[in-house]
Amino acid sequence: MAQPIVEVSNLRKTYGDKVAVDGVSFTVQPGEIFGILGPNGAGKTTTVETLAGLRHADGGSVTVLGHDTQRDPAAVKDLLGVQLQEATLHDKITVGEVLQLFAGFYSRPADPDELLALLDLTEHTDKQFGRLSGGQKQRLSIALALVGNPEIAILDELTTGLDPQARRSTWELVERVRATGVTILLVTHFMDEAERLCDRLVVIDAGRVVAEGTPTGLIDGLDDERTVVVRFGADDAGRARERLDRLAAEHPDVARVEELDGTPGEIAVSGTPRVLFAVVPALAEADLVPEDVRTVTRTLEDVFLAVTGRTYAPQEPEPELTTEGVRS
Amino acid sequence: MTTTTAAPARRRSSGWHGFRRLLTTETKVWMRDFASPFFGIVFPTIILLGVGYFIPGMRETITDAPPDSVWFGLTPIATFLPTVLAMAVGTASLTVMPVTIATYREKGVLRRLSTTPMRPQGIVASHLIINMVTTLVGIALALVVAELAFGVPVPSRLGVVLLAMALGLSAMFALGMLVAAVAPRPSSANAIAMSLYFPMLLLAGLWTPGPIMPDLLRDIGQFTPLGAAAQALTTGWFESGFPMLQMVVMVVWTVVLLPLAVRLFRWS
Ligand SMILES: Nc1ncnc2c1ncn2[C@@H]1O[C@H](COP(=O)(O)OP(=O)(O)OP(=O)(O)O)[C@@H](O)[C@H]1O
Ligand SMILES: [Mg+2]
Repeated sequence: MAQPIVEVSNLRKTYGDKVAVDGVSFTVQPGEIFGILGPNGAGKTTTVETLAGLRHADGGSVTVLGHDTQRDPAAVKDLLGVQLQEATLHDKITVGEVLQLFAGFYSRPADPDELLALLDLTEHTDKQFGRLSGGQKQRLSIALALVGNPEIAILDELTTGLDPQARRSTWELVERVRATGVTILLVTHFMDEAERLCDRLVVIDAGRVVAEGTPTGLIDGLDDERTVVVRFGADDAGRARERLDRLAAEHPDVARVEELDGTPGEIAVSGTPRVLFAVVPALAEADLVPEDVRTVTRTLEDVFLAVTGRTYAPQEPEPELTTEGVRS
Repeated sequence: MTTTTAAPARRRSSGWHGFRRLLTTETKVWMRDFASPFFGIVFPTIILLGVGYFIPGMRETITDAPPDSVWFGLTPIATFLPTVLAMAVGTASLTVMPVTIATYREKGVLRRLSTTPMRPQGIVASHLIINMVTTLVGIALALVVAELAFGVPVPSRLGVVLLAMALGLSAMFALGMLVAAVAPRPSSANAIAMSLYFPMLLLAGLWTPGPIMPDLLRDIGQFTPLGAAAQALTTGWFESGFPMLQMVVMVVWTVVLLPLAVRLFRWS
């Protein structure tokens, strides 16, 4: 592997009594999309803003492109693009003006027009910030993180508050940006986003790294239980449940049978990877024809459950009340 | 990104690269908010015109003062001019600039700037300059209108007047900067500013200009930045002698408030 471009080691940050980041370590390789995933309040923003030199660490070390950003934050400003989770602009500044303005701060800026095209903002060049939609604001925010032609871009919760359509197009953008050679540090509380975009990631919970690896590696690393879900109409549901319960008692590949809450008639059968082969002949023999059969794909949510013992139920972050004032 | 040989080398920024564009962009954007430039520039002149035309007797020559007094032969509106100028000095500095900066803080603009090679100080400096210039334009406008509409005499000692104006500006902008430094939100910036602005206007003679100011108000006023400015301007314009106390008061306010503002300034 190449020399890491970001190295965080044993990072600690407290706010009064509250330990926000409690010994986080990871490294990021050049050219990758590296994810920092975790539920609300896990310490993701604190971690990346500390590594960018925007907050003071209470312990540990952070090195970005060979610079200690705690000792010398100015050293990386020209090389690091940051999209902050909570930051807006003057309502009356236009898209074009703000990009030109920010371009002027850097020694080797990107071409603002190219960036506008890359982020599908060209037609909004003369629009004022206050009149942009949520998705357009988010894209402008990414553009501002990239306008300095950075080696590394930190993107913090860039799809929060976007509709599914806008989220998907933002994901494509992130991939387009990575294709230009920028290393991306992606902060998110969305499991699907991390799974879709990240080459590698850390899962952070309550200020600690609870899992680290590639999305598929983490998922494959789970136990090898598989689940088949079959759905029956009201007439057959009772009989099917009985048959499957019997199967669980008899068959070595079938471990459990559970009725799922929510959808009536849906029965989940779990067991070894061969569980499907056990379920299908049993149902065929009893002439129980399911209305629907699906195998459950496992996701990072199962990884989270496995490492924390909690289900992952992220709420949308509350609008910040008055905490900004005390951020340091 | 991979460095191509043609690209200029990365450079460690002084933190001010791009300041010129920041200043011009801020000016443009700020002018789109029609209210702030308008208020800062026109307000003192409107007060001057309003008082001059709507309060009876303001344009009649003062004859009830002793003939050897400096006020004899002036018009009351002329004695009101230093107060109007002091007001011009206090308006943008205290009522416009702190709210702008608190808004930027609340919106996260200052934080966002601190992620770039530009220092967030750049935006504060821009608004200091913008509001200073607005103030000077407002002063010039008030002077022109005072001359054209009311024929106010030129200052007897221009040097004293200019010094009083410069010190008044520095004291009031230092105060405005302190409000901007500590106010957590635009609404609190506005509240603090207004609760300072109106008492200061009272002490600067908005309701009782020059010769008719009660001694008590004058005694208190000379220790406030705006009151001292108005009194020093009055002395330089119409009277004789050097307003040493008032000048020192304004220097002291500046020297105390400005470092305090710099120390207490919150960037987020
Ligand atoms: N300036 C601050 N003062 C006090 N507590 C803070 C401050 N910033 C963050 N915290 C607390 O530290 C913890 C971690 O916050 P952080 O913003 O880093 O989490 P996050 O993972 O980014 O969450 P989210 O998904 O909501 O953005 C939270 O409990 C938060 O309330
Ligand atoms: Mg966050």
